Amino acid sequence: MRRYSALSILRNGLAGHRHWQRAWRAPEPKRSYDVIIVGGGGHGLATAFYLAENHGIRNVAVIEKGYVGGGNVGRNTTVIRSNYLLDGNTQFYEFSMKLWEGLTHALNFNVMFSQRGQVVTAHSADQLDFFSHRANVMRLNGIDADILSRDDVRRLVPYLDYSDTARFPIHGAILQGRAGTARHDAVAWGYARAADGHGVDIIQNCEVTGFLRDGEKIVGVETARGPIAAGKVGLAVAGHTSVLGHKAGLELPIESHVLQAFVTEPLKPMVDHVVAYGADHFYVSQSDKGGLVFGGNLDGYNSYAQRGNLGVVREVAEAAIALMPCISRVRLLRHWGGVMDMTPDASPIICPTPIDGLYLNGGWCYGGFKATPASGWCFAHTIATGKPHPLNAAYSLDRFRTGRTLDEAGVGPFAWLQ
Amino acid sequence: MLRIDCPCCGPRDHDEFRYGGDASVIRPAHDDADFEAWYRYVFVRENPAGAHREHWQHVLGCRQWLIVERDTRNHSIASVALARKSPPRKQSR
Repeated sequence: MRRYSALSILRNGLAGHRHWQRAWRAPEPKRSYDVIIVGGGGHGLATAFYLAENHGIRNVAVIEKGYVGGGNVGRNTTVIRSNYLLDGNTQFYEFSMKLWEGLTHALNFNVMFSQRGQVVTAHSADQLDFFSHRANVMRLNGIDADILSRDDVRRLVPYLDYSDTARFPIHGAILQGRAGTARHDAVAWGYARAADGHGVDIIQNCEVTGFLRDGEKIVGVETARGPIAAGKVGLAVAGHTSVLGHKAGLELPIESHVLQAFVTEPLKPMVDHVVAYGADHFYVSQSDKGGLVFGGNLDGYNSYAQRGNLGVVREVAEAAIALMPCISRVRLLRHWGGVMDMTPDASPIICPTPIDGLYLNGGWCYGGFKATPASGWCFAHTIATGKPHPLNAAYSLDRFRTGRTLDEAGVGPFAWLQ
Repeated sequence: MLRIDCPCCGPRDHDEFRYGGDASVIRPAHDDADFEAWYRYVFVRENPAGAHREHWQHVLGCRQWLIVERDTRNHSIASVALARKSPPRKQSR
């Protein structure tokens, strides 16, 4: 892998950009690997990268049904934050944040990580108390968090509705200054290129259709391009974990649901932070091209269709206008849906499974993008050592059986309400 | 929009309905002490990519709970039926 640098841009520019190496190879699959990762999304590619980088396991294949960047890693709203309340989540997402802060250099690929800060508005004294509780938990864990008064919020984000007629008047906010966004495609490409540079084979357009077994043990995968043997198999196919899990014989506490996201026509710079509405489900940031990128609630019924329904478009637009009346005349450029693995407690699963040779990474709900680096780091550790890393010990599959759920939203075991 | 053909009210927009989840999940009897049965009832879901029997309640209509069979890949609805087994009570005069 040739490293990218200012000098390489200059040299290739002078040569008419004819000599750029392709970012990763398109290898023929070998007959066997030490580890096969099913799913070439952000998490699968990150896992392959850290298997090579941290554990020296380089005889690895990532097998992807479609193309790199074509799944949820390229369909999200790119928000990165570590403002979680519950032990297990708090530390995991903060570790992820720290990896994000060095990711561009670690991958030699500019992921355009922009720590613009995230503001979540509070709309009552009680809600601000709850945010203060969250901020205290964060600070005790060494994470930055600030509580803002209404005047502070108004100075920081003056374009929200501070009028007397606001449906839910803004009372204050919680701010995480280190939160932000990243370029999602670059994350997929950067991990793919860096993993490939360590010798990982990335095999695209190759669907895994089943598993090879030796007795009870899983010893490889059946694919559209024939069987491939593996010492260990890791699933990183969030959105479709149930589909592949059933083929392996796993019973899972997962439902697939659609989450929509939206982009408006480009505007001049206005939204300098990530802003989330505390009175409803709506969050927004502004892309480098100027479009407002925002999202809201799940569509609310089981779905594998990567498209959503108009009812939710209306609900999200209503929440948007309630918080930011100034964008009421802005037109939507496009909207799309991604399929989420929803778990009963809205927390992910990274663990060995009861099936020998099979490891599981899934259940990311709608929070998978920000977790990409830590998820890959911890899943690689879990696969390499056979045991969870302390940071993903809480994300076991049996937590539902043992009563150790991490129900951050506190809504009970209803996947579509998380 | 999904359009659900309510047996009482006719075809209605799904925004009038509340989703109630997988209808193939059956609650164990109250005196059932089998931990595994309760664990599976609360948490384990088939989550098929294809035909899915699910509960919807027509909250902004007749308020009946329905069982809808819908394909989770393309939202086509194969059947809609009342969830309760007994026929509706006759209205008192």
